[in-house]
Amino acid sequence: MHWLARQLLRLVAVLFCVTLVTFLIVNILPGDVTIVILGTLATPQDIAGLRADLGLDRPMLVRYFDWLGSALSGDLGRSYRNGEPVAQAIADRLPVSLELMVLAQLVALGIAIPVALLSVRKPGGWFDRISASAAFGFLAMPNFMLGIVLIYLFSVSFDLLPATGFSPLSDGLWDNLESMILPALTLGLIEWTVLMRVLRSDLLTTLKEDFILLARAKGLPPWRVLLQHALRPSSFTLITVLGLNIGGLIGGAVIVEQIFALPGVGRLLLGGIFNRDLILVQGTVSFIAAGFVIINFLVDMLYAVLDPRVRHVRFRN
Amino acid sequence: MSVSATKSTLAAAPASRPRRRLHWALVLPLGWLLLVVFLAITADWIGLPDPAAQELILRRKPPSAEYLLGTDNLGRDMLSRIIYGARTSLIVGICAPFLGFLVGGAIGMSAGYFRGKIDLLAVGFIDVLLAFPALVLALTFTAYLGQSLFNVTLALGILSIPAAARVSRANTLAWANRDFVLAARTIGASNWRILTREILPNLLPPMFAFWLVAISVIIVAEGALSFLGLGIPAPQPSWGGMIADGREALDVAPHTALIPAAVMFATVLSLNFVGDIVRNMVDPRRSAL
Repeated sequence: MHWLARQLLRLVAVLFCVTLVTFLIVNILPGDVTIVILGTLATPQDIAGLRADLGLDRPMLVRYFDWLGSALSGDLGRSYRNGEPVAQAIADRLPVSLELMVLAQLVALGIAIPVALLSVRKPGGWFDRISASAAFGFLAMPNFMLGIVLIYLFSVSFDLLPATGFSPLSDGLWDNLESMILPALTLGLIEWTVLMRVLRSDLLTTLKEDFILLARAKGLPPWRVLLQHALRPSSFTLITVLGLNIGGLIGGAVIVEQIFALPGVGRLLLGGIFNRDLILVQGTVSFIAAGFVIINFLVDMLYAVLDPRVRHVRFRN
Repeated sequence: MSVSATKSTLAAAPASRPRRRLHWALVLPLGWLLLVVFLAITADWIGLPDPAAQELILRRKPPSAEYLLGTDNLGRDMLSRIIYGARTSLIVGICAPFLGFLVGGAIGMSAGYFRGKIDLLAVGFIDVLLAFPALVLALTFTAYLGQSLFNVTLALGILSIPAAARVSRANTLAWANRDFVLAARTIGASNWRILTREILPNLLPPMFAFWLVAISVIIVAEGALSFLGLGIPAPQPSWGGMIADGREALDVAPHTALIPAAVMFATVLSLNFVGDIVRNMVDPRRSAL
């Protein structure tokens, strides 16, 4: 329990720093929302009045703790631009982003696990070499580039899937999935490479263990040895990497939402940035960073549950 | 990949054979990279048309003898824009990690050498920077710094601080306990001297290998920022920006998006390839030897 308490304390400290850093970046750096709202022809009096209305004339630290206090009770302020509550705006768009990320992970795992299993059956064999080369190639594809190529292939050349736009689940499952296939592929087709490499190398290590030899000696068919005996103990690193990759996935989701015009949190953030909507950017970046930190924390916990050795090693440190 | 594959087969291949094969495989990616670098440096002197000059009547022309790679949405020469875009990518890709490595390297070295409170502070700082998804942090920085080549480089440089700090910290931790460092301390060398003369030279090889990897990551990041319209400002060509522009005409003039995409892919692939090989040479634990 000691260990857990320390981890929780660290989590809170990091969360605090993250919101503070976001606040400092968003507020110290130039770019004035009043100009965006009032236009460049506004008089100094108008600007001063608006700044007072928005509370921008108070000292920065006062504003930060004010913001933090309301944020803890779930109030992230209102957009300077259209007055929409930021928390509500995020909540409205979160399902789209989450669906995108979950589908992308499914695509990535759906490719990575079978490919890794098939390639360790004969390391250095033709399948292993081809899959390694394919992974190397996909890894070199920036997601915005792959997204465009996929649109070109599936929407422009063959007209199979819509290029942009989003259909909510209420429009029917297929309509919804149809609008999500290309975005999820864009992210998943790049991410599987990392997962496959990690799983493959762990599988190779596991396959040298005595219990695998025993399973083979008992006469189990190779696929049962792989699936039932080797896969589970080889998946620890995979889970960690899944957690670590979420940062990249969130960044990727911002780009992919923009390419495919999906109304997710990433697009909300971009809109806020373009409009110099400080309070919206502050809320979304803090929300994304906090979510990222908490997910990493949970992955760490999961890792400790799966492998008790982690708890002891970390505790001693 | 082939490295671990050779390891797993019991028969150890003679050391010279995989090496010679590696050199062969290096020709294509190295050749491409040299070409890109050469063109980016000499862009002003090889008689290219102005990359910003618009010829609206000749917009979205496919590749031809006059326009080798065709023209874009505004009738600008694609070849010229690709080459000037390479200059943008290379400047950001080389300078940003360098900046990050100067700062991050110093932080990591002090943390690994002095340990204690400095280490705690440095690790905390790294943790906070890493707590942001990288692209989101880069977006926020460039959005508020304002868009310019310098600011994009600065923002991406800040992003490479944590990785550089981690690499240099881990390596410093390993080297700081070696006998030659103890020997230097016994003869009364100052901390500064030990850090710069004894430890730093040993950090350079892994840092160099990491820098190569960082270049391709940063080139992609710059592309992503420009693609989103938050990177290099408009008239100046950037591969990411070109792909974004070409996206609008994907149905009528696909070459406007696909050519810069292919160039970017070839460059990142080559960099990864060369980076992998250099890393294997620098880090004996990862090599087949």
